[in-house]
Amino acid sequence: MNTSTGFKGSQNYVASQELMGAVNIAMALEKPLLIKGEPGTGKTMLAEAISQALGKRLIIWNIKSTTKAQDGLYVYDVVQRLYDSQFGNAGVDDIAKYVKLGKLGEAFDAKEQVILLIDEIDKADLEFPNDLLWELDKMEFYIPETKQTIRANHRPIVIITSNAEKELPDAFLRRCIFHYIAFPTQDLMEEIVAVHFPHLDKTLLKQVMETFYWIRGLSSIQKKPSTSEVLDWIQALQLGGISERAIRKEIPFAGVLLKKNQDLDTLEKYKD
Amino acid sequence: MFSSFFYLLRARGLSVSFNEWMTLLEALQKNLHHCSFTEFYYVCRAILVKSESDFDRFDGAFLEYFKDMEFTKELPKQLLEWLENPKDKPKDTFDMQRAMQNNRLSPEEIQKMFLERLEEQKEEHNGGSYWVGTGGVSVFGNSGYSPKGIRVGGTSRYKSALQVAGERNFRDFRNDNTLDTRQFQMAFRYLRQFSSRIDAPKTELDVDGTIQATCDNGGNLKMIYQRPRKNTVKVLLLMDSGGSVEYYSRLCSALFQAVSKSNHFKDLKVYYFHNSIYAKMYTEPTLRTKLAVETDWILQNISSEYKVIIVGDAMMEPSELMGRSFFSYGVRDKTPGIEWFQKFKQKYPHIVWLNPAKRPQWSGYWSHTYDILSELFPMYYLSVDGLEEALKKLLVSR
Repeated sequence: MNTSTGFKGSQNYVASQELMGAVNIAMALEKPLLIKGEPGTGKTMLAEAISQALGKRLIIWNIKSTTKAQDGLYVYDVVQRLYDSQFGNAGVDDIAKYVKLGKLGEAFDAKEQVILLIDEIDKADLEFPNDLLWELDKMEFYIPETKQTIRANHRPIVIITSNAEKELPDAFLRRCIFHYIAFPTQDLMEEIVAVHFPHLDKTLLKQVMETFYWIRGLSSIQKKPSTSEVLDWIQALQLGGISERAIRKEIPFAGVLLKKNQDLDTLEKYKD
Repeated sequence: MFSSFFYLLRARGLSVSFNEWMTLLEALQKNLHHCSFTEFYYVCRAILVKSESDFDRFDGAFLEYFKDMEFTKELPKQLLEWLENPKDKPKDTFDMQRAMQNNRLSPEEIQKMFLERLEEQKEEHNGGSYWVGTGGVSVFGNSGYSPKGIRVGGTSRYKSALQVAGERNFRDFRNDNTLDTRQFQMAFRYLRQFSSRIDAPKTELDVDGTIQATCDNGGNLKMIYQRPRKNTVKVLLLMDSGGSVEYYSRLCSALFQAVSKSNHFKDLKVYYFHNSIYAKMYTEPTLRTKLAVETDWILQNISSEYKVIIVGDAMMEPSELMGRSFFSYGVRDKTPGIEWFQKFKQKYPHIVWLNPAKRPQWSGYWSHTYDILSELFPMYYLSVDGLEEALKKLLVSR
């Protein structure tokens, strides 16, 4: 149990009160934390921040559309073994040599408690989360080839992110703690910006924030700019040496904020 | 403990399981809410609710159970009288836009504004957006609508309080809202039936087969290939164009974009009609006669394995649907529209109707054809929820 070292955000990551609450609930109840939210709200960053704040190693399992649940547990390299046997290499009898642990296996096998990030779980097949139910519940799995059970020495803290491209199965959801990262309010956003640009001019920040939330508020914008885009934008403005007054009026480097041609056209129209 | 809350949540459509409830009790035992009511709300939500589209439902149920906050300071007697017995009856419609502006206010601002108004107000007000009164969109009063505010007297009609749950911030995430192209596209992913029984070269390595064959071959490697698994769904999209659907054109075009961008269909055919299907259909939304095809040709040449989606508001002059020899964009037609619809229904076992409009509240003229067509076809309202339901319906046989 690790409640004494609660999560309070980290040096580079500003978390809302609710998010910190959810992280601590998940840790206290030893359940995976499922994070959803708009792209660019820092879902993946969260795991890194927790790992930093708690000083624990982070293991990232990136999910792709071809990922199978089995890949996370272990891979039995039969083909290698077959080749080795054909050339009469030593150690072919030792199956364990051909069993390689996946990311989940690695997290279980670690000597200390680690943080396991299962990133973008919705990318995989519909059945994928269900195939992991037992493993995430019991924190163990069995390798029939070597008659070995891999059991977690210390329950890893599991963070799962999803972009909601697929519905996740109910049985899986029931085992998770859920948090939705809402888009940051202006106050929180200012805090986030301050973490990344500690010496930013106040008037510049104010102009940037006003313009940014104004653009987000335009109803006809199709892809709304998010946190990562505003950070890039500030960087661009600083490097470009733009005067504060020009920001709201001209919106320089709008291409950093808006990624679609239609959106840039819309912005042109609204700019007075 | 408060297990009636558990049943209330279930009654309000949240599929909270017993396991989750036990998890919540465990969390409360461990004092994860730090004895605070607000934290308690978050603990409940994190454990019991698993999708942001359910947050609003949860907020509603939470408010219902724990009641909304009321203004506790003493109020002028006269003001209360106005509020309890308003002269005008509250209307059902509110200026939503004005009401949403209240969203920007912070609780402190509302408190302050309220105290100011109490000083200023000298008469009764109903409706409107400034004074304390009934049926309006200001942040005070009762029987009105405001996303945030203080209820003053009366019973709450649209429950809003300044508590976290009261903000109902997640209304926009509800599945039953109509939304944008991407969400439509996501929904169209439901329309998948994978099969390897297709005419394609064997290009994928069959690992299990290879291992088996290699063993059979005395350890010499023998590769086995198989056909890839591909989506076999073919879609025939029939869209109403022009006339009364013009009003929903943005929604319809979002749907069209989503369908045409969903490149996972094996085949997609799109035809247009105006109000009702007649002897000819059009290949362009402009309904140009030059580009028309015989509806009979479609029925004969597009096989019944196609899944048919009809998009239209199903509202027209009854005679347009039922009448004979109706003129439509230069096509002289002897068969009434309803018979054409029936032909489609007979030919295609998988057919649904997506309607961007809801059934008109009043019965009679406009809802007449709506009722006839919704009886003939499974009809769904064109929202993300409705679309999902419709697509699921398309995948199962009648």
